[in-house]
Amino acid sequence: MTLYIDNKPYDVKAGKNLLETCLTLGFDLPYFCWHPSLGSVGACRQCAVKMYRDEDDKKGRLIMSCMEPVANNQRISIQDAEAREFREHVIEWLMTNHPHDCAVCDEGGSCHLQDMTVMTGHAYRRFNFKKRTHKNQYLGPFINHEMNRCIQCYRCVRFYKDYAGGKDLDVFASRSNVYFGRHEDGVLESEFSGNLTEVCPTGVFTDKTLKQHYTRKWDLTTAPSVCQHCSLGCNIIAGERYGELRSITSRYNGAVNGYFICDRGRFGYEFVNAPGRIRKAVCDTEVVRKEEVTERMKHLIGSSKVIGIGSPRASVQSNFALKMLVGKNNFYHGVSDNEHDLANLVIKILHEGPAPTLSMKEVELADAVFILGEDLTNTAPMMALAVRQSVRRQPMEQLAHINIPAWHDGAVRELVQEQKGPLFIASVHTTKLDDVATETFHSSPDEIARLGFAVAHLLDDDSPEEASLSPEESKLAQKIASILSMAKRPVIISGASCETDHVLEAAANIAWALHRKNQQAGIVLTLPECNSLGLAMMGGHRLEAAFNAVLNGHADTAIIMENDLYRHGKKSIVDEFLKVCKNIIVLDHSPNPTTEKANILIPSGTFAESDGTLVNNEGRIQRFFQVYEATENIQESWRWLLGLGTALGVDEMSHWKSFEDITQAIAKEEPFLKNIDKVSPPAGFRINGQRVPRETHRFSGRTAMLANINVSEPKPPVDSDSPLSYTMEGFRGLPPSSMIPFFWAPGWNSVQSINKYQQEVGGPLRDGDPGIRCFEPVQTSKIQYFKSDPAIFESQEDHLLIVPLHHIFGSEELSARSPAVGERCPAPYVMVNTADSADLKIHENEELSFEVGGQPYQLPVKVSSEMPRGMAGLPYGLPGLPFVELPAWGILNKEMKWMKQQ
Amino acid sequence: MEKPLTQHIRADRQPLTLKEYEMAGGYQSLRKVIKAMTPKAVIDLVKESNLRGRGGAGFNTGLKWSFVPADSTTPKYLIANADEMEPGTFKDRILLECTPHQLIEGMILASYAIGANISYIYLRWAYKTAAHALTKALEEAKAAGYLGQNILGSGFNLEMHLHTGAGRYMCGEETALLNSLEGKRATPRAKPPFPQISGLFGRPTIVNNVETLCCLPHILMNGPDWFKDLSRTSDAGTKIYGVSGRVKKPGAWELPMGITMRELIEEYAGGMQDGLRFRGALPGGASTDFLVEEHLDVKLDYTSVAAAGSRLGTGTLVILDDKTCPVGFVKNLEHFFAQESCGYCTPCREGLPWVEKILESIDLGKGRMEDLQLLAFHTKYLGPGNTFCAFAPGAMEPLQSALKYFREDFEKHIHEKVCPYERETLSVLR
Amino acid sequence: MLTTEEKNEIDHAISLVPVRKAAGIDALKIVQEHRRWISDESLRDIAAYMDMSPEELDSVATFYNLIFRKPVGRHIILLCDSISCWVMGYENILQDLSTKLGIKYGETTTDGRYTLLPNCCLGTCDCAPALMIDDDLYRNLTTDQLDYILAKYD
Ligand SMILES: Cc1cc2nc3c(=O)[nH]c(=O)nc-3n(C[C@H](O)[C@H](O)[C@H](O)COP(=O)(O)O)c2cc1C
Ligand code: SF4
Ligand code: FES
Repeated sequence: MTLYIDNKPYDVKAGKNLLETCLTLGFDLPYFCWHPSLGSVGACRQCAVKMYRDEDDKKGRLIMSCMEPVANNQRISIQDAEAREFREHVIEWLMTNHPHDCAVCDEGGSCHLQDMTVMTGHAYRRFNFKKRTHKNQYLGPFINHEMNRCIQCYRCVRFYKDYAGGKDLDVFASRSNVYFGRHEDGVLESEFSGNLTEVCPTGVFTDKTLKQHYTRKWDLTTAPSVCQHCSLGCNIIAGERYGELRSITSRYNGAVNGYFICDRGRFGYEFVNAPGRIRKAVCDTEVVRKEEVTERMKHLIGSSKVIGIGSPRASVQSNFALKMLVGKNNFYHGVSDNEHDLANLVIKILHEGPAPTLSMKEVELADAVFILGEDLTNTAPMMALAVRQSVRRQPMEQLAHINIPAWHDGAVRELVQEQKGPLFIASVHTTKLDDVATETFHSSPDEIARLGFAVAHLLDDDSPEEASLSPEESKLAQKIASILSMAKRPVIISGASCETDHVLEAAANIAWALHRKNQQAGIVLTLPECNSLGLAMMGGHRLEAAFNAVLNGHADTAIIMENDLYRHGKKSIVDEFLKVCKNIIVLDHSPNPTTEKANILIPSGTFAESDGTLVNNEGRIQRFFQVYEATENIQESWRWLLGLGTALGVDEMSHWKSFEDITQAIAKEEPFLKNIDKVSPPAGFRINGQRVPRETHRFSGRTAMLANINVSEPKPPVDSDSPLSYTMEGFRGLPPSSMIPFFWAPGWNSVQSINKYQQEVGGPLRDGDPGIRCFEPVQTSKIQYFKSDPAIFESQEDHLLIVPLHHIFGSEELSARSPAVGERCPAPYVMVNTADSADLKIHENEELSFEVGGQPYQLPVKVSSEMPRGMAGLPYGLPGLPFVELPAWGILNKEMKWMKQQ
Repeated sequence: MEKPLTQHIRADRQPLTLKEYEMAGGYQSLRKVIKAMTPKAVIDLVKESNLRGRGGAGFNTGLKWSFVPADSTTPKYLIANADEMEPGTFKDRILLECTPHQLIEGMILASYAIGANISYIYLRWAYKTAAHALTKALEEAKAAGYLGQNILGSGFNLEMHLHTGAGRYMCGEETALLNSLEGKRATPRAKPPFPQISGLFGRPTIVNNVETLCCLPHILMNGPDWFKDLSRTSDAGTKIYGVSGRVKKPGAWELPMGITMRELIEEYAGGMQDGLRFRGALPGGASTDFLVEEHLDVKLDYTSVAAAGSRLGTGTLVILDDKTCPVGFVKNLEHFFAQESCGYCTPCREGLPWVEKILESIDLGKGRMEDLQLLAFHTKYLGPGNTFCAFAPGAMEPLQSALKYFREDFEKHIHEKVCPYERETLSVLR
Repeated sequence: MLTTEEKNEIDHAISLVPVRKAAGIDALKIVQEHRRWISDESLRDIAAYMDMSPEELDSVATFYNLIFRKPVGRHIILLCDSISCWVMGYENILQDLSTKLGIKYGETTTDGRYTLLPNCCLGTCDCAPALMIDDDLYRNLTTDQLDYILAKYD
């Protein structure tokens, strides 16, 4: 259709509002309360334009562009004097109470309010009365609160409550006294609270961790990166100054994380700056120079039987380099056998099954969701946010018939009220999504699988039957099956977190059975770590076999790369292995129990100091870029290994010179990763002969920042691995979407400039959303369903079935080392059912002692009515809790209890 | 002169009991309609009667009803807007306190017309007497079978509940009222979608003013022509007019629509108090433009008052006399508006306190000439469509007309640096 | 802890609306009726009873003028400060009341007897000035009536 803007015709898309249309067309139209993900509410009145009845209407009337649908042959004016004046005065009004503190405000220079003030031309203050002031609140370790800066756009509550389902942030009072915060000081509970810092158009909510080492946004050296703290691979921008990583913000990817990231991803970065980081190479307590390391290792390796142990948190390149260095036969994947089997099962399901693996964007669009076994908020947080959107969105399908567009957020919420789309959750314990679930089912992993198999069988007779369900369970299965089969875009979500293959198999059967009827049905499987899939794709032998190889004398030297074996194997066995192993070579960036045992310890780069590629849960291959060059001794694991390989004259490695070379080798060698080299332009890529700068042209202090060390400005490093430069010089336009180091556009200094990087506002990035999926669904008529054989759960006397419980803050190794996240980690505990605790005569916080897998535990009890009887929950991966393969039966220590009772 | 709405009000202003109301012909209209007329016929008849909403906007009631989807199977709601909180307005109070059954009958008729089975009376908190009267009347009506299941054997069901507010002028705005009834903050909703399509709990809803609803039994009993004939002008019916301020006999009277302001003030309100001259009046509450001497013969109906540059609003006049400072008068109004702004949209939330502060400083003799421009700028940009709801535009009506008619008063304050009106000076208490 | 009586009244309010939360304001009013004001503790208790977060309920509570989130006296004086009462000189009443009670708007007498608050138009403009004490409306006020009126409440 045609829209006339200031008398010029434009071809525009129907179904949008005028604001997003104008922004998509490239016009600079100011706004505050509207947000592409949150929709329109018309509160701020900033986006006013003139609208005319027809060609002859010269007077027109002011309307809010965000609230007006586009219509064919509509005539509007952005330039109209009255519209411009009104927009300027909206700023003037907002400024009556806004402090003049830009100079000391964390948001200064990347502030949407500043940008809009300049855009509208408001400069002179006419309000000569006192400003009203507010008190600020303590909101926890992540978010700083400065209420006086508030311009009451209501975005914070709309994101926090309506979009993310938070409950402890709201708007209080009224008139010019409205206040946004909690009802009293306290930690913001939502796992997505950090997005407030980007959603807030001013400096009310800012990143408290950044404040500890504050740097203006434009003074950061930034690179496009990928979050390392779960398997979803959310896109992030990581920023450095003075050799320290200072902030993580979300990097828009329309298919993956959209505008947002979770708090683990945003605030978990500080392990990079930890004082205890491994910064120097140490050989048998002696610090050695970089060059020497290779020399020494070369001798060592040359004369021994070496195995290599890879890592799910290391890049594809690093794992591949290790595999090539030690040889395929000596490469071990480095995760527990169960974890490895589950990752392989995921590959099998996604690769051999007909149901497509879905992106988070696609999950948002789902109209029925069944989650099996996952507490998504804690295992794959952003996926939980996506599910929330699906639940919110499904009831909106009824809007069409009364002509309410989906972007009309206020009207949508009033019409939809408390209606929710169908969501079923089968999990071992309550999850944070239960509040929006149609029904929940809490039981053992095997019971969850049995429910799943039953649902699959109801959907397709060919899927094996699961007969032994209770009447209530059968009813639930029928309800789930009938709703899934009626849905247009049903999604089945499961994952590895209950560590049970049956659960994944059941999920696969449901997705496949659905897919047989409905090509739109999809599956989502989540994994433990950021590169679990990438590692699994590389093959590798079992970790147990690695231990055996050394214990049986087949090997005497192990290269352990970015892997704390104590997180993947039982302590006694790992101890034994490390004791027997003659030479323990460990590459890692952060100290852990494994690095402590190393004979040779080599400092690896963290993601911030590295280039690399990860494969997320969806099978999406994504590239992350080095943010800054670390101090001379630290470098990527793959670079260390490459040096070693070259020195040792390993055949395959001898011609590798760079990141590029390894990546191409991977593309050749690894069938799943054949497109890895196409994920992002090669290192030699230039635009108009220029690199893409990691620093904005506003970057300051370059000549002075290191003057205390040396008055002559050092030569900036040259990046041989990517087309990015480490300076502010280079191409100023839009870079390819996979390598956007920062969002900026003339007049748009805040993240709102993302609008300028998209094909249409809120849509994909200009040349497509980054990442390449490596699985394509297989179109087969004959579906190879999994057999159903999970056991019926029966509680056992003196035993509890111990299942893992995941925590967004604490269960993941690296983020838990960051002080802010550390503050939010729970203390170790064991969770038992209320009735069980009564039987055991044990109260909340009293200690329960038990043994699992030969490992003794003595932990304070948390009592929950939702934990199934006969089961107990043990937090996964929490610092201080030794690894144990779960689910497993825990044997209660009677003596202990008896002593307690005395 | 016929006074259908108020003729049966008792001299002691005690509420008419069900018996008394029935004896005066009450519920006859309902009996007639519920047997003989289809909902559609009721809507058409009310449309034809040209009953215009007495809540202030004056929209044709039957037409408004006709937007409610007829075939909808979802619940629908009818709400009586009894939040009367517009400064200077006290007309609904009389109907609520004295003839509660009349309102209930009107609500049953309206519910029948739109197919609502649940209805609420949204009563402002301060109307305690009305709350008692309504509570009792609702019990009586229920007991007599006018409410509940299968009303008068017609098969039509209606629940009716009394809901009292928690004190907020915005609750009178119909969409804010809906939010308030849903237990939320009384901020308004965007229109479209109109409440007729998506209202209370997202369902089709009609909100009508008390006086509007009270007209219904009479219209449906006596027909549209009778109703039109009550009026002196093209806007049909009678209207409850009121006068407050320094007149001899302030009060409220049901009179034919279209009586002139002069008649109302002089004949009914007894004229100005001795020694005072009429300077102006807000014709229908705080959010209407001043009318002044030259308008004394304007007919007080929707059409004529609009032609004179104001709005009939609620039809209750607030009189400004010549010994009362117009700046102080407007400052009092803008204080009210600044306080009662819901805080949702920028121009109102930030603009009104600014306006109030400017007026205060002018009133205290600290004004500057450029302040008048600032005030004028606010009246322009807080106009209809620029703010989220009609609250702020309403707030600007008395200000813009005061700047027009009483400009010399504003200038005098500024030039003389003091308020030229003699009022007992007051130590500032706030 | 909400009392059984309070809970019963709240349950009744809930029964009149299709969604539990919709009775939130009623619940606040009910508890206020019993306890005069809504303390933080009451707020949390009501919120829990209504299946709301304290934030969600307080967001509503702080919006309305007549939900008191701070302690008030045994009797609330609501003095109309809107236009007709202003024209009719309510400010004299305010001044007198203030002097007599020794409090300003928003304050409570030291003996906890009265809290004085401004209020929007009481809808009795033909009988201005007006005020309400608790449920009682006083119209056509003159300053010399104040002593008599105030003496009625203890
Ligand atoms: C700020 C504001 C306050 C209002 N207050 C009231 C009110 O107290 N009573 C009322 O009947 N209408 C009030 N209205 C008008 C209502 O929004 C609505 O138009 C009216 O109740 C419809 O009823 P009617 O069609 O019978 O007039 C108010 C409007 C606004 C903008
Ligand atoms: S005009 Fe005033 S009352 Fe209406 S939405 Fe805006 S702030 Fe609220
Ligand atoms: S962006 Fe349109 S009103 Fe706020």
